[in-house]
Amino acid sequence: MRGRGTVVLGFVSAMMLDARHGLAQAPANWQTSFGVSASETKERIVALHDHILLIGVCIVALVAILIGFALLRFRASRHPTASKVTRMPWLEFGWTIAPVLVLGAIAAPSLQLLAYESDIPDAQLTIKASGHQWFWRYSYPDNGGFAYDSIMSPPASVPAGEPRLLAVDNRMVVPVGAVVRIQVTSSDVVHSFFMPALGLQIYAMPGRLNETWTRVEKPGVYYGQCNQICGLNHSFMPIAIEAMAQPDFDAWVRDAATRYPVVSAATISAQVAK
Amino acid sequence: MSTTEHRRECRSIAAWLFTTDHKAIGTLYLGFAIMAGTLGGAISGYMRLELAQPGMDYVVNGQSWNALITAHGLIMIFYMVMPALIGGFGNWFVPLMIGARDMAFPGLNSLGFWLLPLSLIMLIGSLLVGDGTGTGWSLYPPLSGIDGQPGPSVDMTILALHLAGISSVISAINFVTTILNMREDRLPLFGMPLFVWSILISSLMLLLAMPVLAAALAMLLADRNFGGAFFDPAGGGDPMLFMNLFWFFGHPEVYIMILPAFGIISQIVSRFSRRPIFGYPGMVLAMASIAALGFIVWAHHMFTVGVGFAPRAFFTLASMVIAVPTGIKVFAWIATMWGGSIRLTVPMLWALGFIIMFTVGGTTGIVLANAGADQVLHNTYYVVAHFHYVLSLGATYAIFAGFYYWFPRMTGRMFPEWVGRLHFWCFFIGTNVLFFPMHFLGLAGMPRRIADYPDGFLGWNMIASLGAVLALASTLLFLVMLAVSLRRGAPAPRDVWGPAFTHEWDDDPEMARPRGTAGVEAGA
Repeated sequence: MRGRGTVVLGFVSAMMLDARHGLAQAPANWQTSFGVSASETKERIVALHDHILLIGVCIVALVAILIGFALLRFRASRHPTASKVTRMPWLEFGWTIAPVLVLGAIAAPSLQLLAYESDIPDAQLTIKASGHQWFWRYSYPDNGGFAYDSIMSPPASVPAGEPRLLAVDNRMVVPVGAVVRIQVTSSDVVHSFFMPALGLQIYAMPGRLNETWTRVEKPGVYYGQCNQICGLNHSFMPIAIEAMAQPDFDAWVRDAATRYPVVSAATISAQVAK
Repeated sequence: MSTTEHRRECRSIAAWLFTTDHKAIGTLYLGFAIMAGTLGGAISGYMRLELAQPGMDYVVNGQSWNALITAHGLIMIFYMVMPALIGGFGNWFVPLMIGARDMAFPGLNSLGFWLLPLSLIMLIGSLLVGDGTGTGWSLYPPLSGIDGQPGPSVDMTILALHLAGISSVISAINFVTTILNMREDRLPLFGMPLFVWSILISSLMLLLAMPVLAAALAMLLADRNFGGAFFDPAGGGDPMLFMNLFWFFGHPEVYIMILPAFGIISQIVSRFSRRPIFGYPGMVLAMASIAALGFIVWAHHMFTVGVGFAPRAFFTLASMVIAVPTGIKVFAWIATMWGGSIRLTVPMLWALGFIIMFTVGGTTGIVLANAGADQVLHNTYYVVAHFHYVLSLGATYAIFAGFYYWFPRMTGRMFPEWVGRLHFWCFFIGTNVLFFPMHFLGLAGMPRRIADYPDGFLGWNMIASLGAVLALASTLLFLVMLAVSLRRGAPAPRDVWGPAFTHEWDDDPEMARPRGTAGVEAGA
């Protein structure tokens, strides 16, 4: 954990960190919009956002300009006598209908995106992510059912080149280009599985098994964080997903299956009984 | 009771404790809101200090951080915004505007107020005993359950909210009864000033929403203390039930806070454009439809909980529809100015700030209403930016607008104009520097409610904290101005804001002036 730096030092280090993270997928200082998009879902989300943002900027500009113009033209010194008109039905009808049309122009692409996200394609791989206070446990039921915990690297011993509070000891690993179904649940309180670069977010709810999917387009390490307040160490529950080519992934699976214990229904019920 | 008598009476403390006069109770509410707002603001200052740089340098641990953010949210909502807008301005001006001698149930009015300090003491107590309530204001179980938060803090918070809820329901019953039954002769419903309409509609919403919160809290209390399992999957319960109940209250709650703000802004824009509000019936219907829609959009707070396509599509569309009546209000305010004779007084400055900033917050609301996009925005700082634009730059601007507008009426004194302007510009710049960069942080993926953040979020967090310094300094300026003006402010001139369209300016002998019309003119 860093000491109490001065504001000036903070600025300097901010710039330096910026440079260091230039190629990584972690958030960068002075970023004003979305970070990297590594899935089609995220690209579509960004497109919808930009579409709505453009409309929104126009609306705010319209309101600000109209107010500014009214202040110039109708201030008491220039316009001492106020108009007595209080109704103009056609104008009122117009400003009721116009927003409906604008909303229609937002709703259509919005529902398309929602349908794309909700409709899970045939998955080549299923991974289960289980939220715990305060770490994630990933298991690979399609590959023999091995499971392992993913815990934040302590700030004092973050591996070189990796971001503080985002680096973990064991990442979730997925093959590039494959449709991966991610099942999310929780063993204690509500957590949220949030991976901005992939456009993914779904709550980890105790007693429920939620499902989402992704197809990572580019190899790399992507970072996210638990995004639902979950107690003492809510700030320290990152998610790191490493996407690698299929052959690398296969090799990783062979290795992981020997390194990590298999979690079967029997071991789970043994744990519950305990 | 005349104002002179009223003032004399108020000199004694006992008179303040036992008063049932609507103006005195309104003043109590406003004083209480100022104190609670100062407390909530101080907590936010401490939070921005912690977030000014990475690392956990000031708070003890994550639990105390979580307790602070919970306290900040609950204090600002239940003990600052609601008491100021509804209890404060509502009590002061609803009876005056409709020509009623007092509220329908003056004793109940007093009870409604005095429950609030008790409730706030209980809430502050929950911070001081045990580990505090580290759940966020939404109190989701199982984190708020007995395993997630052992100790008495959450129970105290629940009881504090029960008390605040009873207080709200009492005052809502009082307002509805007063407005429906005690209007002076010939004042039709569709002749009432928009501020009265806004209090009526907010009160009706309170009557529908508060009992749902009370039910959810009672169930949570039972789960925690009496072996209940309403929200415990191990006992057949479901945390999602709590989320649904909470947001069925929680979303209407944000409109309960913003509708009276709309009402105040309508009064001010009309007064300082020197004409009645444009499109009055549309304004009333817009508020009514915002209220009605407010009850069918709650699940947009739950887009990522794990619900299917159909409910998310429904709640996306329903939420976006709210933009239509909100747009009607913004356009009608502009149309009132258009062709008016505008004086850019201090209250008008705050009102215009409200309209523009609320439009910004409304626009980001449209973005968030889309379930598809919400997947990367939910629970990020984008949401924090959004709701502070509609509350901290929306509702709070309206509170200041109303405060400056009615200050001469409430105290018989004036504030120094230049201080009001300085306060506005510092607060305007401060809150924008504070909250605008939060959009960037949210888009970059910064989760809300974290005490320490990855270093890549440093830049904008530092800027936000600098904005907080300016915003808090301007609030301090307001408090000093208030203290000085209450004692030494120049006597308010007879026609301080020029001709009025509403009756609350009539009955003060010091402010009395000839009025041409007997009834309230429709509109504003």
